[in-house]
Amino acid sequence: MTAPELIESPSERAPRENFVLNLGPQHPATHGVLRVKLTMDGEFITRAEPVCGYIHRMQEKMAENRTFAQFLPNTSRIDYLSAMTYTHAFVGAVERAAKLQVPPRAEYIRVITSELNRISSHLVWWGAFLLDLGGFTPLLYAFDDREKILDLLEAITGARLTYSYYRIGGLYNDVDDAFLSGTRAFVSHMRPRLKMYRELVTDNIILRKRLIGIGPVSAEMCRKYGASGPVLRGSGVAYDVRKAEPYSVYNQLDFDVPHLPEGDSMARYLVRLEEIAQSLRIIEQGIDKLPSGPVMAEKVPRVLKLPAGDYCYAVEAARGRFMVRIVSDNKEIPYRVKLRTPCLSNLSLFEEASRGMLLPDALAFMGSLDLVIPDIDR
Amino acid sequence: MASSSFATNASFMTATASNGTPAPASPAANPVAVPPVPAPVQPVAPPPEPAPALLAGSVIQLHVVDHAIKGVHLETTVSPDQVIASALEMDQAGLALDTITGVDWLAEKQMEVVYDYFHPVTGLRVAIRSRVSREDPEIPSISQVFPGANWHERETHDFFGIIFAGHPNLEPFLLPEDATYHPLRKDFAS
Repeated sequence: MTAPELIESPSERAPRENFVLNLGPQHPATHGVLRVKLTMDGEFITRAEPVCGYIHRMQEKMAENRTFAQFLPNTSRIDYLSAMTYTHAFVGAVERAAKLQVPPRAEYIRVITSELNRISSHLVWWGAFLLDLGGFTPLLYAFDDREKILDLLEAITGARLTYSYYRIGGLYNDVDDAFLSGTRAFVSHMRPRLKMYRELVTDNIILRKRLIGIGPVSAEMCRKYGASGPVLRGSGVAYDVRKAEPYSVYNQLDFDVPHLPEGDSMARYLVRLEEIAQSLRIIEQGIDKLPSGPVMAEKVPRVLKLPAGDYCYAVEAARGRFMVRIVSDNKEIPYRVKLRTPCLSNLSLFEEASRGMLLPDALAFMGSLDLVIPDIDR
Repeated sequence: MASSSFATNASFMTATASNGTPAPASPAANPVAVPPVPAPVQPVAPPPEPAPALLAGSVIQLHVVDHAIKGVHLETTVSPDQVIASALEMDQAGLALDTITGVDWLAEKQMEVVYDYFHPVTGLRVAIRSRVSREDPEIPSISQVFPGANWHERETHDFFGIIFAGHPNLEPFLLPEDATYHPLRKDFAS
């Protein structure tokens, strides 16, 4: 990059210099209130410094002021796009500490609803990501399909986004036959749609030119920053909490962990689309294997006190590894709750990985990280 | 859209998966017709493969704990001056930084810093704790070992006021830039 003659410095005291560009906190490409302080050399980024905390709500302090059951609805509001998996981690940690035996039917329904939630989350990402890249149409297709999932989940949970469907020891209520047949119908509806997504978008030459080779992230960089989920799997590491620390009934279901070695934005894109296909497989098996029985453990004490100590429970959320660490001092309210969220770690590598990148490429890269800002800020 | 580039998992993953409990009695094809006997669901911990090496050649004394109860495989408590050595050891063993957080033990006049690690290949989980006094909460920063620790340490500084010595930029991360309070301290009142 050489400066054009017209703007060349008029004197020796005014050399060519970098300028600071604020991206956000209100910018459509950041999908929420994230601010990135960019130091630019022309169109190239020399330093990108994310500034977080614009929607910080101090969820962890809230947890210290209410009982475990009272904090449960908050867990749907951290990453509002994958509320099911977040609630799963919280109730899982409490159940692990209280040694509650969750009925198998409840665990299977948790898996089915979590995977439906994962698909709806990936569909939002897919539509919004392509919107970032300048394609408006895919968003309409994605929201059309997502609507079917929201309708299914609304019928059993009463909510379309912040479900709070799981309870400590089981579920809020059982699913009915309409839900099961509707979910089967959705699975058979979604498979041809994935084929259409591929033909409509994935094979598009413009999309490929925008994504292939953009924002390369190595497996080593992921490890140093603790990145997980599709970011890590797009860098060739088949790490998935559902396999690495099996929870619920995932070890009784057959599914693959899609991973690609390239580490670029295209790899992350392909991994997420293949994850939708794998989630469909899990849902189908879950319905096939769904046992009958109660959906709530029998002896859940009304006043729940966890034995003193600390307990971790990790799940594979749509964006990666989400872990809850509960420190208990044998009281009704937790002594400390730590929420380890995937987006914070995934974004933390942005500064290093975006160095020297063109600004439009950095936006494509940021979109491929699939950020949900309340998940970072908590 | 089963693309051929999506090969099935690497062998370590199948090894982990095959270590699970035996599959339950053949599941009913029709969920309504034949209710199978509900078997208790037991989550299975994966085999912590680098665990023996970590336990043997380690300068820090790691203890095996039951993953099904605690959610970690190995844990230990180190003194603050061993924190960097333990981070280097985790780095050499191929573990990734999971998170860093604090716990305020007001009654004991101590601050605890908890370092969580996970292994991206084997799934091994390690928790390393260290305690500093509440009056002078200072602990070395591990951001030179794991650059990802930068934000976690800033957040822990926000919430607890723990000073991470050697941190390049210990400014408020989630709190306002002029914040002088530490909300997760147990004696904090808004």
